[in-house]
This record gives sequence, structure tokens and C-alpha cells, in this order.
Amino acid sequence: MSSWVIEGVRPLGGEPTTLFIDAGELVEDRPVGAQVIDADGLIALPGLVDLHTHLREPGREDAETVETGTRAAALGGFTAVHAMANTDPVADVAGVVEQVWRLGDQAGHCDVRPVGAVTVGLGGERLAELGAMADSAARVLVFSDDGKCVHDPLLMRRALEYVKAFDGVIAQHAQDPRLTEGAQMNEGEWSGVLGLQGWPAVAEEAIIARDCLLAAHVGSRVHFCHVSTAGSVELVRWAKSKGWDVTAEVTPHHLFLTDDLVASYDPVFKVNPPLRTEADVTALRAGLADGTIDAVATDHAPHPLEDKESEWAAAAFGMTGLETALSVVAASMVETGLLDWAGVADRMSVRPSRIGRLARHGQPLEVGAAANLVLLDPSARWTVDPGATASRSRNTPFAGRELPARVVATFLRGRPTVLDGKPA
Amino acid sequence: MNRHLLSAGDLSREDALLVLDTAAEMEAALAGRSIKKLPTLRGRTVVNLFFEDSTRTRTSFEVAAKRLSADVINFAAKGSSVSKGESLKDTALTLEAMGSDAVVVRHWSSGAPHQLSHWIRGSVVNAGDGTHEHPTQALLDAYTIRRRIGRLEGLNVAVVGDVLHSRVARSNVLLLSTLGAEVTVVAPPTLIPVGVHAWPCAVSYDLDAVLPKTDAVMMLRVQHERMQGGFFPTTREYSRRYGLDSRRMASLPDDAIVMHPGPMNRGVEIAAEVADSVRSTIVEQVANGVSVRMAVLYLLLGGQTDIDPGPNEAVAS
Repeated sequence: MSSWVIEGVRPLGGEPTTLFIDAGELVEDRPVGAQVIDADGLIALPGLVDLHTHLREPGREDAETVETGTRAAALGGFTAVHAMANTDPVADVAGVVEQVWRLGDQAGHCDVRPVGAVTVGLGGERLAELGAMADSAARVLVFSDDGKCVHDPLLMRRALEYVKAFDGVIAQHAQDPRLTEGAQMNEGEWSGVLGLQGWPAVAEEAIIARDCLLAAHVGSRVHFCHVSTAGSVELVRWAKSKGWDVTAEVTPHHLFLTDDLVASYDPVFKVNPPLRTEADVTALRAGLADGTIDAVATDHAPHPLEDKESEWAAAAFGMTGLETALSVVAASMVETGLLDWAGVADRMSVRPSRIGRLARHGQPLEVGAAANLVLLDPSARWTVDPGATASRSRNTPFAGRELPARVVATFLRGRPTVLDGKPA
Repeated sequence: MNRHLLSAGDLSREDALLVLDTAAEMEAALAGRSIKKLPTLRGRTVVNLFFEDSTRTRTSFEVAAKRLSADVINFAAKGSSVSKGESLKDTALTLEAMGSDAVVVRHWSSGAPHQLSHWIRGSVVNAGDGTHEHPTQALLDAYTIRRRIGRLEGLNVAVVGDVLHSRVARSNVLLLSTLGAEVTVVAPPTLIPVGVHAWPCAVSYDLDAVLPKTDAVMMLRVQHERMQGGFFPTTREYSRRYGLDSRRMASLPDDAIVMHPGPMNRGVEIAAEVADSVRSTIVEQVANGVSVRMAVLYLLLGGQTDIDPGPNEAVAS
């Protein structure tokens, strides 16, 4: 186990100090024979935690593998990711979640916390063996049919109730299926002009409202994946004001991009939920700033080129995001003055760790904490080059954009996974 | 003019008038000739790339290109949203390798012509994409109105029917407003797009209120799948509320015309006696389609040559 001295670093953007790492933890005293990093001008945050990552393995290794996806995560400053269940086979049994967890452990770039499917095969008809997944080596606590909504209200109620036995949480992909049949983009001015079938905000908001009420009724906690509309923010704010145990995440792309980009008909901008309007972006940013939205989660959704270089209607939904998330949050939240770096740490590490019940992530950068941290250069600017990403896929909507802040180093339990902005 | 014709919204007023004037010249140049052919695009290749069956539009473009002496290749591509055949990109690269000067594309996916234009060096003409646009239809409609009524500026045009899914409606709203007409779209609220307030047109749910002040009424085809999709209760009810029958036609001003892009559902959106009446321009629209498409191909392919072949020359070689 290596030991490190990080000199001149500013924890959470505060006063410069020196951090000591030894035996996987932050320690009081300078370790003997430690390697020294001159971190003058750099900011330290607790390692980022992603509640929503598609690693695609097993099944779509042409798009991403656990190895490539977690390497991308480390380069983006993440020390833990939650791997979504919509693989092939679906992660709806203990065997699959254990396989994903082991692959992550072997790769060693960051902790992989598999998400279990709520229903068998994401079919929305009967509960998967949630308890078996919770009891497995993968210790699954977050369950989601992401990509599909748990639409049946009774099934959703049962799921919310059932996971209380082991402190699990249902992460709902809020999308009314009937209201979004064939939907291609946000329903609004642009869908009308472009002749693309609309995905109305109400299809998300109706499910969020229903599930807040269900969670309150049965006394469960519920988490909402990728909220994308101003109305969703209002509903979550209302539910929280009631004292209900409701949490929500927003993606970097919904904080930054708007549906006018679809006018290019470039399927790199095709994503579910779709890019929304400027008013939605403003409300999402405000919701993240005031804590209504708890977390930023990437919804990193890699796809091979051929699935994105087709007609809009035939193209796959999804965008990569692990390697750009921190920079996009810096651009949309920090540079705009809506969040300081402590706030970024809270929304990208502390609160997602709490939602996923990750005890050793998102800890304060204090003695005794696990040495899971990221060093970033807030003054750096870089241009996103899809060809230069660690992800196996290239479908980043930020290609060619200049973004602020760059990850310099990432430490996973005291071991560098990234140094000098490159895999260590 | 841009190199491509992808959206009617890309046409400035000057561009649009140039197309209409050129179409009129085309019509005049061929009028009364036994050999309906101009040498203008001799040696140029026009590809009709149709991913969706449309005999009338494909034939119209084919006749237009042939009358300009272009070589025409009809490329009926397989591939629906269900069964993807060769990818759009590979098809584009194939056509590019064969050396096409213009690709006329009809596609089931909105935006496919935009995407093609990134992969093809020649001109791309949108011959209808998904539920997006059909700009040459709008141009031929504008040409037809101008030819019948003499102007477009200040005219009241009603576009009636499935506006939500109609590429004809989108292109007409954009083009006719550019040309100074006052457009009103008329449909049941379920067939009006959510974002319509941003369109350069008025909206009405009441056909009877609109007709008395309409100079040209354009009836859109009701697609069979919409009848099944719950957008309105029954075809009969649609027909009663939004169909143009002779009673409704009688409420139009005296000189008003009745248009339809075809193919018609007689007895649904338009009654047979209306379709066949003297106000109807439906057959003229088809004829004008050829002139307008000749003009579009001529202008996009940079036809520098004089349109008029001269009194005795016709097609010499």
C-alpha cells in the first residue's frame, strides 16, 4: 500500500494544506518514504460517486466493458459507480450482480456497485429476487428498472415496501409508457418544427407525483433517476417539504444542453429523458443548488458508432458522461456561482454515497476517512475530443466544446487510479 | 439558393420567388412543344432515393429531371424503422461513389435528408421526410395559388387536417408565410402540435368559422394509422367536423380555390363533388409539380445555361 503527501492542495476549494495518505486512509502524520505530489492550485474533493452508470457488461461489450467504463470513471474523478441493471442478461439475479461486482473488483479502477433490476427481465410484471441480490457478495441496495419505468402502481408499491427489510431503495426511471410511445425528443416548440414525436414533461412528472405519494403512504424511501423538467423539481421540492424520504438526481447533460440541439438531427443528442428547454435547465440548476435535487448522476450510456450514425428515429438513446461530468458541473454550477466546490462535493460525492449507503465514500477529507479523493485543476480548460476518451464509445454530446476544470489525480483507498490526468 | 433544399424555411423570399419564376419559365419554354425536353442538365445525374413508396412524387421528380435531360437513377432503398437494411450512411456513400449530382430523397425518418447532406457532396432535395417537411410540395402549392389567383401576398390560406403528422403542412406554413400569405391551420386539437404557437400561422379548431374568409383551402390527407390512433373518435365524426363537402365549399368566397396534395380519401377529408369541382386545383397541382421540380433541380445544379432552347433547336443531340 503506497503512501502519499499531497502538498498545497485546497480541500473543497478552501485554504491550502497538506494531506497525508497511508494504508488507504487519510492520516495525521507525514508517512515515511511517501511520494510527494505538488498540488499547488489544485482542489481536493472526496472521490465522486455516480448513482447511474451503464457499463454494458455483460452483453454489449462492443459498447463498453466494466474495465473500460470504470477506467473512464476514474479519469472523470469517480471512485464508485452504480452499474445499471439493463444488461444482457439483465442483472435481476444474484449471479449477474456478483459477476459485475467481481469484474469491477478485478479491474480496480473504482468501486462498482451493481444495481439490481426491480422486476424480472425489466419486464415490469413481477419482482426480481431483490433479497437474494441484497444478500449476495455484491450487496445490492439500489434497485432500478432504468431504461424502463416501473409503471404498474401496485408493483411499485410492493417494491417500495419490500426493500425496507434491507434498507434498499428503488431508483425510478419516471416515464409513463403510454404517454411516450414512439417519443423521440422533448415535446415542445422544437418537436413541432422538426416533426419528431414528442416526449411530454407530464409523462415524467405524473410518475414522480404518484411515486412520492406511494413512498409516503408506505413509509419507504424513493429515488428518482435523471429528473429533467422544471415540474419534476417542483414536485420533489413539495415532497421534501412534507418530510418524505425522496431523493433525486440530475444528469450533467440536462444541466447544460437544450432541445434546440436536436435541430441538427445528429443522434448524439438523442437521449432519454430527452434534452429539455432553457427554462427546465434553469430550474434543474436551481434545484441542484438549493438541494432539492440531491445528486448529479451521469447516466453514462455508451453506444457503438453504428447505433448513433443512423436515422434519428432508428438511433439509440443515450450519451457518455463519466469523463465530462465534473467539467460540465463546473461550467453549469460553479462558473455560474450557483455552487461552490464544497457544494459540488456534496452533490457528486456525499449525498450519492448516502443514497447508495456507501459508508467509505463521500466522507469528509479528514483523518480516518478512506483515502477516496480526486484532485482537480479548477483553472484548466480543455476541449472534449471523443477520440481521446477511455470509454469504448464515442457518443459524447460535448465533442468539440471547451470545458473548465480537469481531473488531475484520483485515489481509490490510497492508491492512485489516475495521475497527471492519465490512468496510473 | 443553398446547395440543398431540406426545409421550406431555408428559402428566403427572394429564393422562393426565384423558384416560382423559374418554374413559370420552364412551363413557358415547354408549352406547345412536341418534344418536351430541355438540354439544360445534360450529362448530370439525378438519383431518386426513395426509402418510402411514393409513386407520384418519385414520378414527378423523374419527369422533371428527364425534361431537363438529366440522367435519372431510381434507387428504391429497403429499410424501414423495423427492418433496417443497409444503413443510410452506406447508401449515401454508395451514391457518392457513383457520382450523383443531386439526390432526391424520400425517407420515413424526419431529418434523414439533413443527415444525408453531411455525407454527400452533391445537392440533396428533400422529397418528404417523416413527419417533418416536403418543401417541393409547398413550392408547387404556392405556384398553383399564384397561377390561379395571381398573387400570394395578403392571401388567406387555410391548411386543414392532420397538421401534427403532416410534412406538407409544415412546409406550407413556412413557405407561404415567407411569401406574405396569412396561413391558418385548422384541425381537431389532438392533431395540432404542442409547439404550434411559435409557428408563423394562426390556429383554429373551427373550419366553418375559417372558410368564409379563405382564399385557398388546402385539405390534408387523413392517414389510415391516425384513424386507428385515437386522435378522433371515428372517421365519420372527423369528416363531419373537418371534411370539405359542397355545403362547406359554398361558404368560401367566390374566387377561392380548393387544394389537396393527394392521394385523396374521397368522402373523408374531401367530398368527391368538391374534388371534382371547378374550384379544385388538384390536377393542376400535379402538373405544376413537374415545373416546380424542374426549377428546383435547375437552380440547385447551377443551371447556368439559358432555359429557352431557342426557336428551332429543341434537343439537338
